[in-house]
Amino acid sequence: MSQDAVIATLRKRFGETGFTVEHSCEGAVLVVPRNKLRDFLKAMKEDEELGFDMLTDLFGVDRYDRKPRFEIVYFLNSIKNGGRVTVKTRIDGMESVDTASDIWRAAEWLEREVYDMFGIEFKNHPDLRRILLTDDFEGYPLRKDFPTEGPDFDKPFVVEFEEEREGIR
Amino acid sequence: MEDREYMTINMGPQHPSTHGVLRVICELEGERIVKAECVIGYLHTGMEKEAEYLTYHKALPMTDRMDYLSANNNNLAFSLSIEKILGVEIPPRGQYLRVILAELSRLASHLVWIGTHAMDLGAMTIFFYAFREREKILDLFEMMSGVRMMPSWICPGGLRGDMPDGFEDRLRQLLKELPKALDDIEGMLTNNPIWRERTMGIGVLTTEECFALGVSGPTIRATGFAWDIRKSNPYSGYEQFEFNIPIGKHGDVYDRYLVRMAEMRESLKILQQAIDGLPSGSINTSDLKVVPPPREAIDTSMESLIHWFKIHTEGFRPPVGEAYVPIESPKGELGFYFVSDGTNRPYRMHTRAPSFMNLQALEKMAVGRLIADMVALIGSIDIVLGEIDR
Repeated sequence: MSQDAVIATLRKRFGETGFTVEHSCEGAVLVVPRNKLRDFLKAMKEDEELGFDMLTDLFGVDRYDRKPRFEIVYFLNSIKNGGRVTVKTRIDGMESVDTASDIWRAAEWLEREVYDMFGIEFKNHPDLRRILLTDDFEGYPLRKDFPTEGPDFDKPFVVEFEEEREGIR
Repeated sequence: MEDREYMTINMGPQHPSTHGVLRVICELEGERIVKAECVIGYLHTGMEKEAEYLTYHKALPMTDRMDYLSANNNNLAFSLSIEKILGVEIPPRGQYLRVILAELSRLASHLVWIGTHAMDLGAMTIFFYAFREREKILDLFEMMSGVRMMPSWICPGGLRGDMPDGFEDRLRQLLKELPKALDDIEGMLTNNPIWRERTMGIGVLTTEECFALGVSGPTIRATGFAWDIRKSNPYSGYEQFEFNIPIGKHGDVYDRYLVRMAEMRESLKILQQAIDGLPSGSINTSDLKVVPPPREAIDTSMESLIHWFKIHTEGFRPPVGEAYVPIESPKGELGFYFVSDGTNRPYRMHTRAPSFMNLQALEKMAVGRLIADMVALIGSIDIVLGEIDR
């Protein structure tokens, strides 16, 4: 199924205002507003004609100088009908997105990674915790305002023994 | 029933069969697993963040350290995505050499997998047999690039150099020897009652479950679904080679073993075709803004010297755009997503790591099985933690 056919089918279902199409060298990118995202993704999977049965990838991009600031990108793959489609949604820092983990279970860890790296929350996610970083890590490293050297790179590194901290020694 | 207490056993992070630093918290009822939670991130080094501060050429060697068992495939995926943004074409000889390196990497990766997987299940001999063969492949990499595991030889715009004298003979020699070695390994395992007992009917995944969990590579092919990106979205000239997609039937650990072993033989077929039909000509794109000029040219031409310096200090500037090219790595679908903002550094680099997605299926496979099967399950999905944690 070609990308044009996918777009035509989706136009029938969601109308002219449901999503916009942008072009990059990746092909067509479907940009969906945040509040319609869940219905859109559900339709992508459940529609017989479309049948996007695999969520290949899900990740965030921090467009620091733009408004809205964050992009969440979904790579959908219709293995049975053939064809890949990129779906995007744009959100501001404080907004949360509906989870896709009940549509494709693969989203469970991927959304945790986005939360871990960008601090974007997913509503109704079954287990939204940090995945790659430790639970007590402060900040969201893949945001553009997070320094690569780490947040404490300009502070001296002091070794403190547990006993000293607790006043035993 | 609800307030039953389960025994918690902590596997890893330092456990020899977790193939790196993976921690699995297993909750057991007797010997049965009721819950298996994976804890990852012990190897997280922030490569995606780091890449945003490096030029494309300098970000490339980091990709070798992701899936360190098949570094060439990572380099290939990385290069293909940038080339898509740049819009450059690689000449046929370059494409063939890339295929040769990628398939040798696949063989090396699968040999490590069978060696360690069999060792986890108690068959020590296989490890030595497999590593002896892998050594020969690494020798070939060393011949080509001087580096055994992390060549970074495939780079945006082509390759860093052509194959050296004697490489072809060594490769042909290897193609003669390897089938025999694979026969030896298969002879020890395929009909081995202990091996069959420990792998058959264990960790069954259906095709639908694989779709839902985003599982790719040999793991989905073992369920009987022939999906190989080399066939479905050919890249780097794979459409010119004749090979089959081996598939399994039951989707268990044993079928994954059969699929990977058959895949190695297909790789040998591809290598044979590639070395026989290797075209002559240039290996790099003609775009001198992307690849440095040949070394000889620097001595005679000022412009070449300037280009040389420009590329090695400043890099190249792809146009604004986004690209993702999936490839079939030994573990599954691998790809790098680049956002370019027109500068010489990626604005965002995201890795679609097959091991990350495949590991997510571990709990699904493990629940209800015995704790002793856990080792077989982790081995069967062939994970590399460097790629999961990035």
